[in-house]
Amino acid sequence: MTQLALVIDLNVCVGCHACVTNCKQWNTSGAAGSLVDQNPYGLNPTGTFFNRVQTFEVGTFPNTETVHFPKSCLHCEDPPCVPVCPTGASYKRKEDGIVLVDYDKCIGCLYCSWACPYGVREFDEERKVMTKCTLCVDRIYDESLPEDRRKPSCVLACPPGARLFGDVHDPQSEVSTAIRERGGYALMPEAGTNPSNHYLPRRKTTITIRDDELYSADNPHKIDGAPFDQNMPSITEEL
Amino acid sequence: MRPNFSVLFLTTLIGAAQGLFIALFACELLSPTALEANFFVGGSAIILLFSGLGLLASFFHLGHPERAWRAMMMWRTSWLSREVIALPAFMGAAFAYGAAHYLAMGSNITIALGVVGVVMAITLFVCTAMIYAAVKVLKEWAHPLTIVNFTLLGSASGFTLAAAYASAMAPALITPLAQVAFFLTAVSLVTRGSSLLRNANLTPASTLQSAIGIKHPRIVQKSQGAMGGSYNTREYFHGKSAEFVKTIVPSFLVLSFIAPLLLVMSVPVLAFILQYAGLLAERWYFFAEAKHPQNMYYQGVA
Repeated sequence: MTQLALVIDLNVCVGCHACVTNCKQWNTSGAAGSLVDQNPYGLNPTGTFFNRVQTFEVGTFPNTETVHFPKSCLHCEDPPCVPVCPTGASYKRKEDGIVLVDYDKCIGCLYCSWACPYGVREFDEERKVMTKCTLCVDRIYDESLPEDRRKPSCVLACPPGARLFGDVHDPQSEVSTAIRERGGYALMPEAGTNPSNHYLPRRKTTITIRDDELYSADNPHKIDGAPFDQNMPSITEEL
Repeated sequence: MRPNFSVLFLTTLIGAAQGLFIALFACELLSPTALEANFFVGGSAIILLFSGLGLLASFFHLGHPERAWRAMMMWRTSWLSREVIALPAFMGAAFAYGAAHYLAMGSNITIALGVVGVVMAITLFVCTAMIYAAVKVLKEWAHPLTIVNFTLLGSASGFTLAAAYASAMAPALITPLAQVAFFLTAVSLVTRGSSLLRNANLTPASTLQSAIGIKHPRIVQKSQGAMGGSYNTREYFHGKSAEFVKTIVPSFLVLSFIAPLLLVMSVPVLAFILQYAGLLAERWYFFAEAKHPQNMYYQGVA
């Protein structure tokens, strides 16, 4: 069984919101659109987005890290939003595990959004239906696109490549390898939702350099073992 | 959670209607003196009025009320779907019960229809309560006390309504109906009080640490992805001050429980009006006290 999902590398995400804007652009003009924008140029603009990037500060100054955290539907393997839907508008596709909303069946009762612990479903105030990430189902199978472009628009937009897309049930896939080898984890495991999307944790990036390694290489006279020259630039830069 | 007035009216109105049906049928079975058919016809009319108003209110909760019929489709998995089937079924049973009395079809038929109606009333209590009790992520709701409270609060207000109705139609029944209403109100005070205590001491299952998967004791949100608010900042927060919420609890305790306990024996009409107003406040608080885990993602705007 295929389960398509995203794997998001928090060590790489720079919080640029390119995935947010590309998601909005594709989905507002695609089969899932148009996504409402209310009061877009006023004091309190609001609207529906399938994907948002949030920012958290971890630690106490000065030992803090800024973590940018992209949040979209996790396409759970046991989605709590699906069985509660009274009309069957909310469903999980058997063939690829994508959780979708049929806008023609949705009555806008909001019940699915109560059942989701992650708050990734957003009610469209104009169309009066529940909307959510479709994993760009209208482009990942589009054979008129070049094969390498058949990916969710957020994945294509990400400048540092923090977003991976693939089948998490295929142990050989890029996403499964990343989850396995880089400590991929799921959000709120205690909720019992078994999310398909995974996140890759932050990592410490360090490199150890001894003085003589740099000194020797940079020594214009190539004299090994020469005493350290105080006038040379610092060689203990953190990388 | 944001209390939605259509849902507050729906659950309180149909609760009173269901309780009134149980009270009417109890009168038919247990009344020592024969009652006029008009008593049951009028009672059924009130039940249909209350449940009809509740049904009407429920449509205001929907983005697409014209598609409401679709909500009957997923009864295999969804308690909301089951409620959508159970409510018209209960109304049908109440209508048939009133009609059987009006047409004087005999006690065999009225009692059979009464049993069906009571079963439907209890089924509807369970369906309505399970809509909330089945939402596992809301620990305040996901507990058997939710079912107990919906059933007892609806029954208590229904018997108070029955006592008020009897004061106009069958004065001999005021005292026994008021006694049952008193008893049910007292018991529901205990059960609702228990859920208030339970919910005040709940430990959330999820933390900000598990929500974003970073194991550090100090995490502060700096941005939530939008500054003008979103569906997430509107639907899951009650939007009132902590002081306002604090005044709601004593208000509904007095209006739903203390006032009816004091008044139901003497002025049942006033007791019902106060109890109904109190139950609206109780239902408002029921939503407001439920803390959704998604709120952890919405704790700060840069």
